Amino acid sequence: MPRPTRNQPGYRAFVLHRVSGLLLALFLPAHFWVLALVLRGEAALDGFLHWAEHPLLEAAETVLVMLLAAHLAGGVRVLLIELTPWRAGYDTLIAVTGGVTLAVGLVFALGVL
Amino acid sequence: MWIAQRASAVVLALAVVVHLGTIICAVQGGLSAAEIVDRLRGHAGWLVFYLVFVIAAAVHAPLGLRNVLREWTPLGPGAVTAAAAALAVALLLLGARAVFAMFHAAT
Amino acid sequence: MSQPTISVSVWRGAEEGRFVRYEVPLNENQTVLDTVTWIQRYADPSLSYRFACRVGMCGSCAMSVNGTPRWTCRTHVKKVLADGALEVAPLANLKVIKDLAVDMTAFFDKMAKARGVFRPGPKPPRDFAVVPPQSPQRRAADAGIECIGCGVCHAACDLVSWNKDYLGPAALNRAWTLINDVRDGAHAERLRAVSGDAGCHACHTQQGCVQHCPKNLNPTASIAGLKRAAALAALNAEL
Repeated sequence: MPRPTRNQPGYRAFVLHRVSGLLLALFLPAHFWVLALVLRGEAALDGFLHWAEHPLLEAAETVLVMLLAAHLAGGVRVLLIELTPWRAGYDTLIAVTGGVTLAVGLVFALGVL
Repeated sequence: MWIAQRASAVVLALAVVVHLGTIICAVQGGLSAAEIVDRLRGHAGWLVFYLVFVIAAAVHAPLGLRNVLREWTPLGPGAVTAAAAALAVALLLLGARAVFAMFHAAT
Repeated sequence: MSQPTISVSVWRGAEEGRFVRYEVPLNENQTVLDTVTWIQRYADPSLSYRFACRVGMCGSCAMSVNGTPRWTCRTHVKKVLADGALEVAPLANLKVIKDLAVDMTAFFDKMAKARGVFRPGPKPPRDFAVVPPQSPQRRAADAGIECIGCGVCHAACDLVSWNKDYLGPAALNRAWTLINDVRDGAHAERLRAVSGDAGCHACHTQQGCVQHCPKNLNPTASIAGLKRAAALAALNAEL
């Protein structure tokens, strides 16, 4: 049976927004847990940070930062569409969110590598 | 609930912009626990900021999860609400713990 | 020289069924509706399908062509042919009666549920209502008023397929035009009808509706307007 066609930017924007949100929601508890390592003393947190200096982990961190930027940009797009009367340029908002995500990811990656 | 989701989204949008800026600055030249702790030491402003951040996330993420579960899984409304509530509690508890851990170490 | 043919796979059956392939002669100017008509006339008279005006005004011929909901009378075969083949199926998200004809009852039920009907105020008006055409409300209503209820947006919407109760872009668009009708007397009731999990709040701005509407309407914008109106009303404790 036919499915609604999925080949449009609005759908991709939605999927990116949803998947990034899900992954971030999964990641947050772990993030909080790591931060709380400092309860055992600064050395415990430093130990983790040192372990995380491996290039693979820094790549993963870059991905996480991009997920956050993507979810933020997509969310701002939704907020704009929903809370303000429609304007002609809104269709290009999706492209803007993509650009913002990549830019933030790049800046972070340059800093951490 | 829609209002809560959008309101928490606005709060998070602002908080995340600050957080991303902080992250990018902090990772310049390497990251260390001492650097993080020093920045927060004695700054009640950061404490309030991060608490608000945690609460907003604990509202926003579970509501989002609720939508995803309702639309993409065959789970019933009771199970969906339970899952969302569980996430909310987890984020609140772990988040508050992390915030206080940071500030306990800082002061 | 024999006429070239194309291979058209058509859904036969109801909810259960299968795609049957027909070889249809390819002409210079041919719409998908033309091919379906040819099949019914010359290949298999038992094929069921709907059409009326065949000139892109009534929306009756809406079907799924290669997975995309569109008006078959306004779809040139040459534009959608893929390797000399195309696939025609009934409109998505509605019950299939037979072959390419779907049951539009659910679609119109949703219009009713969204209170997509003009309701006059409690008393007859004393005089003609004065509605400046350039007023923001009238412009908002006019932007969505051309909907003819063809069901394409409903078929294109993922939320309609994920949320059985979701009223859908057409019904919500219609409700928005009525909320912006200053003569209407049922605003509060209509806002109540379109709020909630089955109403405007289920929309995730994927804009499938905008992409596919043959009349270039923007239900996403209408639904966004409903979200704003509902939120304001809730904050003012009017809901």
